[in-house]
Amino acid sequence: MSKNCQCGEDKICQLNKVIEEHKDMAGALIPVLHEAQEIFGYLPMAVQKQISEGLNISLAEIYGVVTFYSEFTTEPKGKYQVNVCLGTACYVKGASDILDQFKKQLKIDVGQTTSDNKFSMNACRCVGACGLAPVVTINEDVYGKLEADDVKEILEKYRDK
Amino acid sequence: MHIYSSHVLVCSGTSCTSKQSPLLIKKLEDGIKRNKLDKKIQVITTSCLGLCEEGPIVVVYPEGAIYSNVSIIDVDEIINEHLVKGRIVKRLLSGNNEGNNSYESADFFKKQERIALRNCGVINPESIEEYIALDGYQALGKVLTTMTSEEVIDKVLDSGLRGRGGAGFPTGRKWLFAAKAKGDKKYVCCNADEGDPGAFMDRSVLEGDPHSIIEAMAIAAYGIGSDQGYIYVRAEYPIAVKRLNIAINQAKEIGLLGDNIFGTDFSFNLELRLGAGAFVCGEETALMTSIEGKRGEPRPRPPFPANKGLFQKPTILNNVETLANIPVIILKGAKWFKTIGTKKSPGTKVFAIGGKINNTGLVEVPMGTTLREVIYDIGGGIPNGKKFKAAQTGGPSGGCIPTEHLDVPIEYDTLIELGSMMGSGGLIVMDEDNCMVDIAKFFLEFSVDESCGKCPPCRIGTKRMYGILKRITEGKGEAGDIKTLEELAESIQAAALCGLGKTSPNPVLSTLRYFRHEYEEHINDKKCSAGVCKELLDYIIIPGDCKGCTKCIKVCPTKAITGKVKEPHIIHQEDCIKCGACLEACPFGAIIRK
Repeated sequence: MSKNCQCGEDKICQLNKVIEEHKDMAGALIPVLHEAQEIFGYLPMAVQKQISEGLNISLAEIYGVVTFYSEFTTEPKGKYQVNVCLGTACYVKGASDILDQFKKQLKIDVGQTTSDNKFSMNACRCVGACGLAPVVTINEDVYGKLEADDVKEILEKYRDK
Repeated sequence: MHIYSSHVLVCSGTSCTSKQSPLLIKKLEDGIKRNKLDKKIQVITTSCLGLCEEGPIVVVYPEGAIYSNVSIIDVDEIINEHLVKGRIVKRLLSGNNEGNNSYESADFFKKQERIALRNCGVINPESIEEYIALDGYQALGKVLTTMTSEEVIDKVLDSGLRGRGGAGFPTGRKWLFAAKAKGDKKYVCCNADEGDPGAFMDRSVLEGDPHSIIEAMAIAAYGIGSDQGYIYVRAEYPIAVKRLNIAINQAKEIGLLGDNIFGTDFSFNLELRLGAGAFVCGEETALMTSIEGKRGEPRPRPPFPANKGLFQKPTILNNVETLANIPVIILKGAKWFKTIGTKKSPGTKVFAIGGKINNTGLVEVPMGTTLREVIYDIGGGIPNGKKFKAAQTGGPSGGCIPTEHLDVPIEYDTLIELGSMMGSGGLIVMDEDNCMVDIAKFFLEFSVDESCGKCPPCRIGTKRMYGILKRITEGKGEAGDIKTLEELAESIQAAALCGLGKTSPNPVLSTLRYFRHEYEEHINDKKCSAGVCKELLDYIIIPGDCKGCTKCIKVCPTKAITGKVKEPHIIHQEDCIKCGACLEACPFGAIIRK
């Protein structure tokens, strides 16, 4: 990051730069939180405190915003984000069976992360690829027209990566 | 400028991208180069043509041949046969298109009238020159150099354009209120927070024709006297965000955004704001609160945003599809626009059809088209010979339309009469295998999840309704449940703070209206004839298929299955807890759920 940075704390430095860039922007908090999550992967209390001081917004307000929006997380996420689409088009085509199968295979519930920090599972609302229903995304990869039997095989691809 | 004799258009919308269209583009370009055709043939990355079911889609001009389900291995054949020898590869032509090459004549497109989607799938969305070549920014030029702001608003008023985000409020009136409001600063906002599950038309416009939104917002700003705009877009649409950023920068670069546009004293700046996964932010006041950087909770109205909106200043908020209509209305006139659609709802509407339908995808039809035409003529009907049961419109705020109303013309007012609503345009088709109580439960679960929690009728009411529905689908329904549901629905409709809360009981009310017998069946007979609600189903062994292998006996946790080796087994219903373990264990498919 910033070549002039002296503090040796790369990520903190990056965040300070982001705060500096957004300081005079109206409604800066949410864009800053997006970038902070991009940098750290999640938004722990220390990060929220740094933003609070930098933008001069109370920590209570920041915590309120972080917990309001489902995009933001205060817990670290697994290496692979499994997103099972539960939009209407996927639901009527059996997405709940797919979700059950992921729960069974990963032995975690929605919103949880496996103990080896490899997989996090989320149920999301419509990725907008309804032509592929039912759809699951794992990080950038999209799997469409799934059947419950496909789940195991898909997960195998990521297990040894 | 170099003129090419042939163009190959490859869709790069979300659906086709996830089916590897970027790889196709690379392979096509390489092949064309290898055959030394790169001076004659150009590959263009476009966005959604709407035929998502058959993606990836490749269209070759000048013939207009539309190839569907194109895979990497088909590329060489397209190059060798079509591009080199000029022979259309019939094998790859879109299914409904036999014997006819051009896509305009295919069944899927015949009944469509593309206004909002006019450029989608036709131009490269990352090129401002291509947008300009198809009359882009001409409407803005006309407005700034030849029209007064009153004339702009009059024209939009006169066209009768109504908000495509769902409620159908006349766009011109919204603009007029904001124009009349007093304020030193005014804002123009675009609602691109398309949250309805199953709706993706706004995404297609953003991905396929981002400049049309920028142009329309500038026109709106001129109309109401604003110099600052915001586009609030879902973070879940990365391709749309990327293309909007590119488009804004291109427009800034050549002076179509910024100060003194077209040499006039009109200035307009545009910023992008990303949502963060809250459905309620699609509600207008919640969206503005979110742009301000706060929890996206709705505010009571009045004051209406036209007077006190974003940062307490007069603000207009329009949906993506609404805005996409504006430049065309300015150029072709209000009179022309009114010749399309119906008297009360002029123009067209884009629908995202999905669910149990053959051609999943995006269609734009004149208002007043019947549901039957959309589902059967364009959508190609229901797959696997199943029977149509209902179409759901309006997402969690809408309702279900059953078979007997298939011939009602679709417009704002007719849908409300039927107990549904237009909504943003998601249209989910359901067949006989879908349970309507389960669907109502699905939408209520969504509303419980997405309720912002500010007002108790929505926060507590939807939760209570969901609880009752859950009980019913688990076979624990009680007499009086339907009445309680109706009472709760009435209270929520009357008392919730925002539009989303007020409409959240609609899925229950509309399914009660048309499918009351299904509720009664669940409650009284503890049966689900669609075979969806697991707790209401019996697991049965088909004696003829059972080989007597005892696998099911071993996995049954309650010892509900008995039988001797090599003789058909029996499941004793009184002991069965319906876990489904036997069904999974059976290697012969002899166990069914009924």
